[in-house]
Amino acid sequence: MFTKRTLAAVALVAASAISLSGCSTTEAAAGDVDASTATTAEDFGGMDALIAAAQAEGELNVIALPDNWANYGEIKALFEEKYDIIVNSADPDVSSAEEIAAADNLKGQDTAPDVFDLGTAVTLDSLDYFAPYMVANWDEIPEGNKEATGLWVNDYTGSMSIGYDSNSVPEPTSLDDLLKPEYRGAVALNGDPTQAGAAFAALGLATVHQGGTLDDFTPGIEFFEELNDAGNFIPVNVTGATIAAGETKVAFDWSYNNLAAAATVDGWKVTTLPGAVYTSFYNQAINKDAPHPAAARLWQEFLYSPEAQNLFIVGGAYPVTIQALQDAGTVDTAALDALGALEGELVTPTPEQAEKNAEILAEKWTVAIG
Amino acid sequence: MSLATAPAPAQDGVELTARHHPRVAPAKKPSNRRRRLAYAGLTPFAAYVLIFLALPTILAVVTGFFSDDGSLTFDNITGLFTPTILATFGSSFWLSGVTAVIGAVVGALICYAMLGTKVGGLLRTIIESAASVLAQFGGVMLAFAFIATIGVQGLVTVILRDTFGVDIFADGVWLYQVPGLILPYVYFQVPLMVITFLPALTALRPQWAEASATLGGTRFAYWRHIAAPVLAPAFLGSLLLLFANAFSSFATAAALISQGSQIVPLQIRAALVSETVLGRENMAGALALGMIVVMVVVMWAYSALQSRTSRWQK
Repeated sequence: MFTKRTLAAVALVAASAISLSGCSTTEAAAGDVDASTATTAEDFGGMDALIAAAQAEGELNVIALPDNWANYGEIKALFEEKYDIIVNSADPDVSSAEEIAAADNLKGQDTAPDVFDLGTAVTLDSLDYFAPYMVANWDEIPEGNKEATGLWVNDYTGSMSIGYDSNSVPEPTSLDDLLKPEYRGAVALNGDPTQAGAAFAALGLATVHQGGTLDDFTPGIEFFEELNDAGNFIPVNVTGATIAAGETKVAFDWSYNNLAAAATVDGWKVTTLPGAVYTSFYNQAINKDAPHPAAARLWQEFLYSPEAQNLFIVGGAYPVTIQALQDAGTVDTAALDALGALEGELVTPTPEQAEKNAEILAEKWTVAIG
Repeated sequence: MSLATAPAPAQDGVELTARHHPRVAPAKKPSNRRRRLAYAGLTPFAAYVLIFLALPTILAVVTGFFSDDGSLTFDNITGLFTPTILATFGSSFWLSGVTAVIGAVVGALICYAMLGTKVGGLLRTIIESAASVLAQFGGVMLAFAFIATIGVQGLVTVILRDTFGVDIFADGVWLYQVPGLILPYVYFQVPLMVITFLPALTALRPQWAEASATLGGTRFAYWRHIAAPVLAPAFLGSLLLLFANAFSSFATAAALISQGSQIVPLQIRAALVSETVLGRENMAGALALGMIVVMVVVMWAYSALQSRTSRWQK
């Protein structure tokens, strides 16, 4: 799949089909608070008042949150159970760009998305769509991981990993391994790097492992060109179905996606190459035209609570408050041990680097793998 | 409606009156009212087409003339003439052309073979129904059907490789590139040809063959001088329809090819949904305009040929 969300297979259709029944944009029940301009829970008169206001709205519209992406399935279910608010999960498989397009197209309707979960490029390009909000544990989020007024906040990251079918190919221990004949017609990317964030990250990882820097992805592009010339690159759409069918034997993808596949497909294993670790946070933001403004803010509070942050760890992702969780001793140690710490030299492109490399890819990618 | 029983205000009656008295037109008024009534009956359909087809098309194309920040620009239109986009149109033409020709030739041969079956008979009914269904069998289902049969781990691929020692991907995996689209496309092009070409073929009267034979014509002469000229417009028309069908297909290609956006519909997708290369949404409008221009030319040619064909189908 070319979209942001990949391994979200068939089961998600059911999730997206959850009631799209009409809901009204009732204003906060408690007091005369305008929920759509509230920037903290205090603006509602405290957390209990925020919960009451959100419950009065009764529903929350989320978009692009597949159940098997970073454990969002459990996170959504827990929110519903804890607050008795219905979560309407629309279009789990769309890209970040399409989330913003949905906010545009559905503006003023009660089916518009309340909250976004976006890649960095789209986030920085869409600031006009967001309402600023600071969660109660705002201080636990490191400085570099949030916009100063709370327009957007990093939520979780994975590391770029390689998933492989251990029944048919050996474990790759370096990038060059993948050029060997054992990997003929085997290596796939999760999407086209000129369209999908995960594939873009794979090119970044290949670049640093080829000795390049994140200023210029050309070494990564050249590696995939070589891979393609060797007949090892396969431009098939990676989905849970192609992995299960054995059509995709090696896939570059976020660790949490590959781990989700490993949980369901026998023999699917995940490895990260020794050396630089490529990470990239997704970002949480509230739609400023949210039809359920209080529920949107409660969702934000909930996502950054230790409970939900730990669920990201269970899903194979590293939440943004992980240091605070560890310091406070509230981290789910069993889950973290299973996942392993994020170690080594962490690299993440700056927005400027990302933009420049997008141009380079737009120019060179199609030619390289043609 | 027969002339003998035609009531006065009916169309046939009007024609008769007009023919006999060319200078007076007494029946003009009722005819106009009738026509207006007919147009009124068309209104719901016209409104439907306008709202769900024309309006979205216009809105989409108009975006091609605006830049990201909403100002008027021709950058997107000139962007159509960059080497990458031209190459994309080129491979779209190539793919549509190849699958249209294969589909048309194979489909026409099937139609010819079907002439030997009884009209309304079991075999012909089955083939006609199957063709109607398969002509619409595209998209993700078709793509996955091909992955499951002739993918790298596909059933047929594995049998060929393990039992017969034939590796269909010896020169690399071609299924997920533009040439790989030919087989899936032909899969729905052939049935479409059968549906559209069969009526023309059945319009060939046996009497023409008999007349030709009576006058001493050979079988070849009959096909060369009678059948071929009569069928040519229908054949070419169907060919154009197949071309247009392939040119506008999206879902099958989208499900099979995930790298490179080699054909125009995939370029439109890339421009609309990309989360890494931003700000190209309006380019999609320009690409759509390019496709519409091609489609208008093709469909105009199709309808011109169709009006020639219909002379023989009465």
